[in-house]
Amino acid sequence: MTNTTRRGVLAGAAATAAWGALPLSRARAQGANSVKIGVLNDQSGLYRDITGPGSTACVRQAIREMNALGFNVEVVEADHQNRPDVGANIVRQWIDRDGVDVIMDVPTSSIALAVNGIVREKNKVFLASGPATSDLTGAQCSPNMVHWTYDTWMLARGTGGAMVAAGGDTWFFITADYAFGHALERDTSNFVRQAGGRVLGTVRTPFPGTTDFSSFLLQAQASRAKVIGLANAGGDTINCIKQAAEFGITRRGTKLAGLLVFVNDIHALGLQTAQGLVLTETFYWDLNDRTRAFTARVLPNMPAQNRPSMIQAGCYSATLHYLKTVKEMGVAAAKADGAATVTRMKAMPAEDDAFGRSTIRPDGRNLHPAHLFEVKAPSESRGAWDYYKPLQTVPADQAFRPMADGGCSLVRS
Amino acid sequence: MLEFFETITGIPAPLLFGQLLLGLINGAFYAMLSLGLAVIFGLLNIINFTHGSQFMMGAFVAWMLLAWAGIGYWGALVLAPLIVGATGVVIERLMISRLYKLDHLYGLLLTFGIGLMIEGYFRNEFGSSGLPYRIPAELSGAWDLGFMFMPVYRGWVVVFALATCLATWLVIEKTRLGAYLRAATENAPLVQAFGVNVPRMITLTYGAGVGLAALAGVLAAPIYSVNPQMGTNLIIVVFAVVVIGGMGSILGSVITGFSLGVIEGLTKVFWPEASAVVIFVIMAIVLLARPAGLFGRA
Repeated sequence: MTNTTRRGVLAGAAATAAWGALPLSRARAQGANSVKIGVLNDQSGLYRDITGPGSTACVRQAIREMNALGFNVEVVEADHQNRPDVGANIVRQWIDRDGVDVIMDVPTSSIALAVNGIVREKNKVFLASGPATSDLTGAQCSPNMVHWTYDTWMLARGTGGAMVAAGGDTWFFITADYAFGHALERDTSNFVRQAGGRVLGTVRTPFPGTTDFSSFLLQAQASRAKVIGLANAGGDTINCIKQAAEFGITRRGTKLAGLLVFVNDIHALGLQTAQGLVLTETFYWDLNDRTRAFTARVLPNMPAQNRPSMIQAGCYSATLHYLKTVKEMGVAAAKADGAATVTRMKAMPAEDDAFGRSTIRPDGRNLHPAHLFEVKAPSESRGAWDYYKPLQTVPADQAFRPMADGGCSLVRS
Repeated sequence: MLEFFETITGIPAPLLFGQLLLGLINGAFYAMLSLGLAVIFGLLNIINFTHGSQFMMGAFVAWMLLAWAGIGYWGALVLAPLIVGATGVVIERLMISRLYKLDHLYGLLLTFGIGLMIEGYFRNEFGSSGLPYRIPAELSGAWDLGFMFMPVYRGWVVVFALATCLATWLVIEKTRLGAYLRAATENAPLVQAFGVNVPRMITLTYGAGVGLAALAGVLAAPIYSVNPQMGTNLIIVVFAVVVIGGMGSILGSVITGFSLGVIEGLTKVFWPEASAVVIFVIMAIVLLARPAGLFGRA
């Protein structure tokens, strides 16, 4: 623990110093005829590959594709180190001092909730592609925010619902012991029960700091549940899947349900270990001609030639739609009133290669289809990053929580 | 007997035995890592906070050998510790050797900083989600023990770790080289007066300690996610193990490594949420009762 704390303090001190040194003039130099997008995400920790510099590359790709805007677009980026205090500080400074108009991405639900409050208070725009919590369009909803890519409810419905339908009616959860894991477990349990299934048990694993999950996996196996639900993310999920394969858990007929798995995680696991895993994403680079075309365009700028994750693709899509809106309403009006800009974004459908056509609900939820995938066996994969075969597509109007169930104050009649 | 266990614990006996075995396996990693730390602290008086990064480097070098040179697990088991150990030698010569005259704290800060830099470099080069590394074909598969499904590879890790610990202990306690090392720790100028090249010996000791970390890294590569932060996650626990065992005590670090692995394993059954904390609770109690550690010399 000392290690983490000390590192945090050192890094925090360095970050503060760096911010202090930034020239103040930069914010003022670029005049009124430009908008500024601040990409805030994890640039140095476990979510770097699924967000990080790749998200910035996708934002820049969207800007390149918007021809003849008639105004300038500036992009800044920062590392929130997965710490809410650091993230909140950066956003305040960006808005108060550097003239940032849009906060983009922000993975890690706790930070996104903090940022959501600040952006609302300052009447700017928050385009949330990274965070998972469905509270952003529920109790914590805001007129200044669009939750773009995915959320815990949709993941639970997609993967949970499909597994129960396929006969996996008894579940055991391995849950990361913090807000995100609890939410994912809660949402998925609800679906399992609604579909007539049963939850046999759950184990809460310390977060962060758990590397060996074999003990928890054996507890799950001992419960004789048909499905082990992994309510965790990133390295935790990877370790769980890797060790489940090692202990022969999947070979004995128990299914693993990765409730939040990204294509980058599959890349890290290798198909030999990950094959057969069922998961839900809203974007996959190889889904159709348009997603392939988008991926081909952005790939040269992606770090390590990684295919874009759904979060990164969401940053592209959100930027594109925001810029179209600003073009329509004018830079001055857009900069002056974030809530008005978001209202305009809700009024017209978004259209792009990554997600096709999508619409934004009054509570800030962006609606598009969700896709259930199964990870291919090594023999089925035809080339680099050929990892998924589509199982089914949940239509946009069913993929996300009905607006009435969220409890968002913006839509209460 | 089995029924007795079930009655008093309320946990099925197969599950309990499984957990004991798993605890032993994790203990093997703790023992190997704390062994390297104990060797370095015992002989150099340096608290090597780079150890986690060097463990991570071991796993990454194994991956690089496979991906770039086609050298498999068995080659990596020999080569990765040598390569990472060599980087340790360079670090010791260029930087750490300048701090021996100063307080422990300076060595700690320096090695901590080097560790952060190494971790940052790997994150920049390889990303954060990690790289795949498979269990070698000879060690894949599993034994069905009745009460649990025991992967062959995990059994191998326990046996190999025990052998390594024993070998290290023998070298330091029973050989002439080990005698020189121990003597140099007590009184370096005197040993040097007898014609022994003490600085070189210390450099090689650091290299060997680092090599042990890398060896543990290679062992870990097939079962844990090979990513830049894999060392950070483990090293904090390992430091607690070293403190409990007694700083610099080789036997102490090995025994505490294995037994804390088992205690942690049992906590994962009875109170999973506390499994990350239990080792630190024990550390606090030991520090209060025996500040020099269970096996340390006060």
